[in-house]
Amino acid sequence: MSKAKIDPVLKFEIEDLYAEYADVLDLMELERWPELFTENAFYDVIPRENYDRDLPLAIMRCESRAMMEDRVRAIRETLMFEPRYIRHLISSFRITPGADGEIGVTANYLVLETLSDEMTKILNAGRYVDTLVREDGVLRFKEKRCVYDSTVVPNSLIYPV
Amino acid sequence: MTAVATDNVLERRWPEAGVHHVPYWVYSDADIYKREMERIFCGKAWNYVALDAEIPNSGDYKRSWIGDRPIVVTRDEAGEINAFVNRCAHRGVQFCKHNLGNTNEFICPYHQWTYNLKGNLIGVPLRRGIKNKGGMPADFKREDHGLDILKVHNHNGAVFASFDHEVEPYKEYLGERFYGFMDRVFNGKSLKILGYSRQLIPSNWKLMFENLKDPYHATLLHVFLISFGLFRGDQESASLMDVTGRHAALVNRRGEQKATEGTAEMARMLEDYKLADPRLIDPKKEYDGDATVIMQTLWPNLIMQQQSNSLAMRHIIPRGPEKFELAWTFFGYEDDDEEMVARRLRQANLMGPAGLVSIDDSEVLKMSQDSISPFPDSEGLYEMGGRGTEDHNHIVTETAIRAFYKVYREVMGL
Repeated sequence: MSKAKIDPVLKFEIEDLYAEYADVLDLMELERWPELFTENAFYDVIPRENYDRDLPLAIMRCESRAMMEDRVRAIRETLMFEPRYIRHLISSFRITPGADGEIGVTANYLVLETLSDEMTKILNAGRYVDTLVREDGVLRFKEKRCVYDSTVVPNSLIYPV
Repeated sequence: MTAVATDNVLERRWPEAGVHHVPYWVYSDADIYKREMERIFCGKAWNYVALDAEIPNSGDYKRSWIGDRPIVVTRDEAGEINAFVNRCAHRGVQFCKHNLGNTNEFICPYHQWTYNLKGNLIGVPLRRGIKNKGGMPADFKREDHGLDILKVHNHNGAVFASFDHEVEPYKEYLGERFYGFMDRVFNGKSLKILGYSRQLIPSNWKLMFENLKDPYHATLLHVFLISFGLFRGDQESASLMDVTGRHAALVNRRGEQKATEGTAEMARMLEDYKLADPRLIDPKKEYDGDATVIMQTLWPNLIMQQQSNSLAMRHIIPRGPEKFELAWTFFGYEDDDEEMVARRLRQANLMGPAGLVSIDDSEVLKMSQDSISPFPDSEGLYEMGGRGTEDHNHIVTETAIRAFYKVYREVMGL
């Protein structure tokens, strides 16, 4: 597919944002996760079977940065779950500059999960369908949709994807 | 004609004490599991299989399950709902692989045996052979080789099916109280499907039922619910059953978000918990009466969830003795305004595989199975609220679990 040339500096900047995104979650620096979004950002983790049929139900849905902060606080303070590691692998970036300085980005992702008595497994495989904007010179997510192929979630999904 | 096989012989004996002691082998024994599929799911039981709003048009179908047996639910040309086994009558192929779709007929890909929307066999290619060679025997009759057809009942949009056509009428099966609970949500208004989520929980399916029949845990384990007064032991509440004890409901009324005598022992309660975005929990009354939560467990495979404005069918699909799929279908009503749809979608954050409440349950179910499996000859203790199986007008009780096992033992011959 032929497209307008993407500024390599912009491409590097975007890939760096996704590397940061993965680190924040994989290194359990969860409090920094909402900071990567705009104040009124939309975030969801939605099964592909819903997304493809325009069914709105998501398994995780945040309609503001504040809702993301609530999710993080619940993970830290109220939820009960077995300890685990997660690991994000993100690849195949497609970048589409849009109007008003918005940038459309899609990327494939794989989230691996490791529990203490099991081999590492694929927790969630899917595609990010995102919109980025620049705020005070910094790229942030205005919208991030994690559309997952893995129809049946292996038990629980604790951390954001 | 049914999927019921010859009964297996069980060596297991239930503990002398009775239903307040549950032996751990019921959660892992392969012979027990086999008998459960035959007697409980494929026996005289109305199993939840679909919402009719999933298949609104002629030719629409949904792939579904009764126990671990695959079925298909269809709407035929006359608008009637049908259900039949998803297993070709010829060589056993699971011919339908799309979860939802629309078709005039089902054609098995292997040898193209063809069935109509009622499950009847309507075509067998090469039945008369080629040039008088081969073909089916002369006495082969298509009408003798349809799919196993199930009995179906549609309760204002909630579709149930039974392998055993001698099952008692649906209304009697539910009993007056549970027919009323179902009728409260399935009140004749058209339903609107909001979406699906599915999770594979590594525990025996009965532990899921026990979890919902045990309101006691919710007041201790679910800190998120407790902290927002969405479910608390000091609220007016009840653990109710039908006359047989096979169906149960927990009913709760929302309380204030403050500490009381009843919350003193809930060590994990966070009294100062305030949401940064309170839209997450913004319940709006939509039913008569003052119950804000009615969670029903309908024998043998359904949890009907009405938690504030979050409505969902949780379909239990056993996948062997030590795991089950929990298939959630979230829905609302066709006449919901935008605000109500938004409310239901936000409240869905509490439920499902990433639910702020239900994560606690799926995690604890795995942790239960992790140490139940290695000790099949140990027993669980179910004495909260006494040793009986009667209704309780409080939730510090395991009475509905005891009632479940009373019925379970009868059906299983244990």
